[in-house]
Amino acid sequence: MTRLGGAEPGTLNAHNDLTPAIQTAIPSRSARAALPRAVRDPAWARWFLTAVALVFLAFFLVLPLVIVFAEALSRGLGYYLSSISDPDALAAIRLTLLTVAIVVPANVVFGVCAAWAIAKFRFRGKSLLTTLIDLPFAVSPVISGLVYVLVFGAQGWFGPWLIEHNIRVIFAVPGIVLATTFVTFPFVARELIPLMQAQGTDEEYSAVTLGASGWQIFWRVTLPNIRWGLFYGVVLCNARAMGEFGAVSVVSGHIRGETNTMPLHVEILYNDYNIAGAFAVASLLALLALATLVLKSVVEWRQTGTP
Amino acid sequence: MSTYSRSPLTPSAAPFTATAARSTRTILPGFGLTMGFTLAYLGLIVLIPLLAAFVRTAGMSWSDFIAAVASPRVMAAYRLSFGASIAAGLVNMVFGLIVAWVLVRYSFPGKRIIDAIVDLPFALPTAVAGIALTSLYAPNGWVGRWLAPLGVKVAFTWAGVFVALTFIGLPFVVRTVQPVLQDLEPEIEEAAATLGASRLQVIALVLLPELLPSLLTGFALAFARALGEYGSVVFISGNMPMKTEIVPLLIITKLEQYDYSGATAIAVVMLVSSFILLLLINLLQKWSRRYHAV
Repeated sequence: MTRLGGAEPGTLNAHNDLTPAIQTAIPSRSARAALPRAVRDPAWARWFLTAVALVFLAFFLVLPLVIVFAEALSRGLGYYLSSISDPDALAAIRLTLLTVAIVVPANVVFGVCAAWAIAKFRFRGKSLLTTLIDLPFAVSPVISGLVYVLVFGAQGWFGPWLIEHNIRVIFAVPGIVLATTFVTFPFVARELIPLMQAQGTDEEYSAVTLGASGWQIFWRVTLPNIRWGLFYGVVLCNARAMGEFGAVSVVSGHIRGETNTMPLHVEILYNDYNIAGAFAVASLLALLALATLVLKSVVEWRQTGTP
Repeated sequence: MSTYSRSPLTPSAAPFTATAARSTRTILPGFGLTMGFTLAYLGLIVLIPLLAAFVRTAGMSWSDFIAAVASPRVMAAYRLSFGASIAAGLVNMVFGLIVAWVLVRYSFPGKRIIDAIVDLPFALPTAVAGIALTSLYAPNGWVGRWLAPLGVKVAFTWAGVFVALTFIGLPFVVRTVQPVLQDLEPEIEEAAATLGASRLQVIALVLLPELLPSLLTGFALAFARALGEYGSVVFISGNMPMKTEIVPLLIITKLEQYDYSGATAIAVVMLVSSFILLLLINLLQKWSRRYHAV
C-alpha cells in the first residue's frame, strides 16, 4: 500500500478497490449529502476544518509552486527564454533526457518481469522478494549515490580495473544512469505487482488451453489488461528520474555542459546567485511535475470510472 | 511495507492455483526467465552496491568506526535530522488528518484539484522544492518578510529544515489515512450517536482508534522519508556545521574531503536505521490490516 518516497499509487489502488464497497454503502452522491444528522459535523466545524486544511495546503503546496513561475519570469520573458536556451542548460536537458531514455525502459523490463514472476506463480520467499524490491525507497538518495562510488569509484572495488581500461563510471554519464536506476528501481514493479495479483491468472490459463505461446499470452492477454497500470508506473518513474538530485549529485562531478542534469544545473545557477535563471530551468521541472499530476488523475479517473 | 493483495478481486481460490500452491510448476510459461532476470537485476542494481557499504565499514577498526559515527559534529547532525524529522512527521500527522478528513467528508468547489495537488511533493523534484521554499521563507521572501518583524527566522535555521521536511512528508499521512476514512461506514458513528455519545466522544472513542494504525503508518513513512531527504533541505538549511547540517549533507561533505570510510560509516548507521523503520512500518501495516479485517 504505501512506500517510502515516490508516489503512492498502491494506496490509490487500494482506494480504487474500495470504491465498490463505498458505493454499496452509500448509493449516490445525493444520498451521501444526506448523511444522518448524528454523523454530520456542525457547520462551524466544517468551515473551520476546511479553512485550516486549505490554508495549510496553500502555504505548503500552492505558494512554492507559484513562486517557481513568479521568480522564473521576474526578469522578463526574454531572460526566461535565454536561460532555458543557454548551451549549458540545453546540455543539461539533453543529459536528463538521455538518462531517462535508458533508465525508464530498463526499469519497465524489470518491473514487468518481476510482476510476472511474483503475480503469476507461487514460490517461497515471495514476501521477502517484494520487500527487497521496495528497498531503494528506504535508502537516502545520497547513500544511493555513495554505494556506486564504493563499487566503481577510484577507491572502489572495480576502480583500479576501470582506470586501467580508461573507463569512467563515476563523475560520468554511466554513474548518473546507475544512480538514477537505483532510485527509480521500484516504481514500475510496485505499480504492476498488485494490479496483476488482483487480476489473477484465469485469463492466461484460458489462453494456454487455447494453445497460445508465452509471448502471445503476454502481448495479447496480459499487456492489454495492465496497460494503464504500466503507463502510470512509467509516468512516476519518469518524473522521479528527471528530478533526481541527491543521488546524481554524489556521482556526477558537476561538470558544466557534460555531467550536469537539469536539477544539478538549477543548483549551480542558484549558487551563482542567478536566481531568475535557476527558477527558469526549475520551472520546466515544475511543469513536468504538474503534467505528472494531471496524468495521474486521468489514470485514476479511468480506473474508477468517474469522469 | 505493502498491501499488495488487499484487493477483494484476488481469486485466491481459483481452481488452477490450488494445484499451483504446492509447487511453482504451472502451465504458464516464463517463470525461469522472469525470475532469473528479476533476481539478477535486483542483485546488480540494489543488493551488491548496498553490500559494498557494509563491506567497506566491516574493514574499519572498531575505534575508527566509533570516531566516525559518534564525533560531536555527527551527533549534532543526528539530533537535527531525527529531531526535525519527528517534528515534521507530527505536524503532518495533525494536518494530514485534517486534510484527509476534509477531502473525504466535506464537499467544496475545487476539491478534486486540491485532492490532486496533495501529491505535489512526490512529483516536484526536490531541488525545485528546495529553492522555492528558500525564496518563500528568506527574510525578504513572500512569507519570510512577514515573519522577520516578529523576530522569526525560518530560512537558514532549524525551522527551515523543519519546513522543508514538512513539505516532503505531507502526502504520506493524507494518502494512508484517506482510504481508511473512505472505507469507514457512517453506521458505526450513527450507532455510537444513537447510544448517546456526543460528537466529540464519537471522534475520540470511535474514529480515532479506528484511524490510529494508518496515522502511525503515515507518520513512520513521512519520518523515514525525511531522514534521508537531501535536495529540498540543503538550500534552505544554510548548512552550518553543528547547527543546521543534516546527516545526508554530512555524508556528502565527507565524500568531498575524500573521507570515504567516514562517509560510509555514517551511511551504514543511517541504512540500519532505515531498515529498522522499514520493519516497523511492515508490522504497523500488518496491524492495521488485522484491525480492519476484524
